[in-house]
This record gives sequence, C-alpha cells and structure tokens, in this order.
Amino acid sequence: MAYRWKNDLSLADITPKSVYLNRRQILAGTAGLGAIGLAGGAQAQDALEPNTLEEIRSYNNYYEFGTGKEDPAQNAHNLDTSDWSVKVDGLVDNPGDYALADLLDGLSVEERIYRFRCVEAWSMVVPWNGIELADILSKVGVQETAKYVAFETVVQPDNMIGVQRRVLDFPYVEGLRLDEAMHPLTIMATGLYDEPLANQNGAPIRLVVPWKYGFKSIKSIVRITLTDQEPPTSWNKANAREYGFYSNVNPTVDHPRWSQATERLIGGGLFAGRQDTLMFNGYPEVASLYEGMDLSVDI
Amino acid sequence: MSIVDRLNQSLRKIPTWTIYIVGTAWVVWLFYLAATNRMGPEPINALEREYGELGLKLIVLGLMVTPLRKFTGLNLMKFRRAIGVTAFFVVLAHFLVWALLDVGTIGRGWTEIVKRPYVTVGMASFVMLIPLALTSNNLSIRKLGGATWRKLHKLTYPVALFAVVHYLWLVKGFQIEPFVYLILVIVLLALRQSLPNWRATSAKRTA
Repeated sequence: MAYRWKNDLSLADITPKSVYLNRRQILAGTAGLGAIGLAGGAQAQDALEPNTLEEIRSYNNYYEFGTGKEDPAQNAHNLDTSDWSVKVDGLVDNPGDYALADLLDGLSVEERIYRFRCVEAWSMVVPWNGIELADILSKVGVQETAKYVAFETVVQPDNMIGVQRRVLDFPYVEGLRLDEAMHPLTIMATGLYDEPLANQNGAPIRLVVPWKYGFKSIKSIVRITLTDQEPPTSWNKANAREYGFYSNVNPTVDHPRWSQATERLIGGGLFAGRQDTLMFNGYPEVASLYEGMDLSVDI
Repeated sequence: MSIVDRLNQSLRKIPTWTIYIVGTAWVVWLFYLAATNRMGPEPINALEREYGELGLKLIVLGLMVTPLRKFTGLNLMKFRRAIGVTAFFVVLAHFLVWALLDVGTIGRGWTEIVKRPYVTVGMASFVMLIPLALTSNNLSIRKLGGATWRKLHKLTYPVALFAVVHYLWLVKGFQIEPFVYLILVIVLLALRQSLPNWRATSAKRTA
C-alpha cells in the first residue's frame, strides 16, 4: 500500500453493510437511529456519512445509457464487462493491451471515502475501493516527455442505448495533467462498499478525482494514453464555455447557467435544502497543483 | 355517429371541475411521493422537474384546444379555462418547490432570478400566468370586455414560448424532450397565425 495520502474518514465512518442495505427501514424506528449514531461516530455531525449503496447505484449520470438519472441503473445491465482489456499507449515504456487483471496485478486496493460533487450541484459521499493511478502509471512507465494523461470510455453501441442519440460525441474522453494524475488522491476505482462496481457506476474500472466535478471521473475505461498535449475532453468539446479542462470544484466560480456555491447532498430527502460547496470539494491539499493559475479563467 | 361526435357527447357529460380535482390530486400525489422518498434519491430536483413538465404539458394542452376543434372537430372548449387555471397552480407549485425547498433563501432566489437567464425566462413565464389566472372568470370577461380579455389572454403564447426556452436552457447537452416541446409550441402558434384565413376560406367555400 502506498499510503501517500491519509484518509480523513476512517472505517468507523462507513455505514455497516447490514445498516446501509436497509437504512430506510431502520430509520423508520428509533432503535435504528441509535445504530446510525454509533456507526456514524463523530463524523456524523459533519454529514460525511457515506450514501447508501442503493443511492449510489440508482442516481447516475452515464449518458451512454440515457440522460435521465435513473436511466443508467435501468439500462447498464447490457454492458459487457467480460474479458476487459485496457489499451495503454502514447509516451509510455510498456505500451500494450493489458487484460484488466494484468494491469492491476500486484497493486493494492485501498478504501477511499470521498466526497463526490457533480457539476449539476448535487453531491454524494462514496466509499470507493481503488488503486492509486500513480501506481498504475509507474507500472507502465511514464516517459519524461509526457505531460498529460488521456482516458477513453468503452463504446458498445448495441449495449448502450444512449450512444445512437449522440447527446455527446462518443466515445467519452477525459484527461488530466500528469501531476494531477500522479496525485495520491487520484484513484482508479474498481469497487465500492467492498463490492465490484455496478455497470452504472463505471464497471469494471473508472477514474475518481475527488476535487473535480464528477464528469472528470470517467467511467468504464478502455484506453489510457500518455501525451505531451492537452487532450480533448467530452464536455469541453460539447460546450467549452461551460466545461473547462480543469473543472475543479470551485464555489466561487459559477457555471454560466447556475450557481456552484451550494449543493444538494443526495439522500437528505425533500426538506434537506442545500449545503455549502467547499473549495476543491474539501481537498485543499491539491491547491499547490494550481499555484500561479487564475482559477476563474482556467476553469 | 363518428368517433369525434361520440367523444364530444361523452365529454359533454364530464363536469369541468373534474380537471381541478384531478390536477390537485396529481400535484398532491407527486408531493407525497417526493416527501416519502419514492421519487429517487434526489427528490427536490425530481419534484421540481415533475411539476415543471406537468405545467408545460397543461400549457401545451390549453393551446391545443382551438386547433383540435378546428381541424378534428374535437371540442374541449368548455375545459379550456380549467386547463389554464390548473396549469397556473402547477407552475405555482413548481415555483414554490424551487423557492422554498431548493434555493431556500429569498436572497439566493433573487440572485438566481437576476443572474441566470434560464431562471429569468421561467420566472417571466410564471409572472405572465398570474394575470391570466386572475382574469379566468366570467366577471373579468364582462368587466374587461371580450376584445380586451382576448387580447390579454394572448399572453398565453409568450408564456408557452418562455416556458419551453426555460426548459431548453437548463438541460445539459443535446436532449430530445425540450426540442419536442419547442416544435409542438411553434406548430401550435403557427396554426393560430393561419387560423383566421383558414376559417375565412372554409367559410367562403361552404357559402
């Protein structure tokens, strides 16, 4: 285990499986409220209790499966994740088509309880299981001239009903600057709540960059390319004015059409209202990556 | 007897207050679903959207009444006022969920209205609905006079257009649904432009 990043949420913050699987029923009774209090510990007041597995699996943006939040949960079962391989190319020492198991072989899976902030101003807390991207990149050998990492999502037109609708220019592509990619917070998730990722959550392997808006955390990755040029990214191609390459969570820079100062935490119910959005989504340790940059311009 | 005649005959038997009852029940039912976590994990946005789309559907339905009668003979005229007034109350519910449960504070709400064009446009659509709802009674028609009243109620056209622009403006990426509504509204408004001529020519033809 690399331990380059220290989790500020501990195992005690995770809702036990028996609780999260039927939190709704438990919440209905007072005995259950006691159990939540015990499980949540001190962090419960800070509302950092992870969302339930059901919430995480039923409220998704994955436009290849439709634009509705429920569409991915309904349609993603058709995705074929068997015999998954990831093409690694560009400025790497060991390019090739890696079977997923080979790519991850020998690397340790860690638990990371991260805030997840969507550009649409809603958020969740997700207990990911993943591998630091830096470990994977070290394994394939990044060449000195590489400055960026580009990612690509699988396209299975027959299994992804949203692909023909061309809401976006598929395949979905994303990218990070190399120092962002190497940051210990950046992981490639393969599971959550110690279960393999559901298809709608980006099975079998996805990126998680917790200080950036959710769309940067590209799902179901089939290709990783090291490059010396800033790679194109899907939402930026669709609307550059609204979605920048960096897309760091920033409460002081609004989306052109809506405010990013606050967010709705999923699972709070109809009367929960909004909470303040935190700079870098509450991960100030990444601020040094952007020293000297004007974050209101380099969105 | 044709299907349309038979339909018209059975429609005549339905009292107009049915629209109000069904509309109110639908609004309350959606609220119940959201309040009891049956509308997905993010009920605030879900309820906002449900009310918004229902309001838009009713506005479009209201616009369909005249062309439907002209082109198919189906007569929904006696329900038109109830459809319009119900549309107003649904849009009011949409506004209230947004104001009270979503943005939460007056300051934040005002900022949104001023700063976000899609909110401004939606708000304008809602504000224009208010005089229409207030004058949707026989007394107002008498007081204003038929011509003035009809003129005032032409506000329905910008109401519908602004509502569709509001929808188009808030979705991410290229999505089909708002465009379907846009085309529907444009067609319905265009039909209106040609209606007087159409009526005149058909009158001439029958004469």
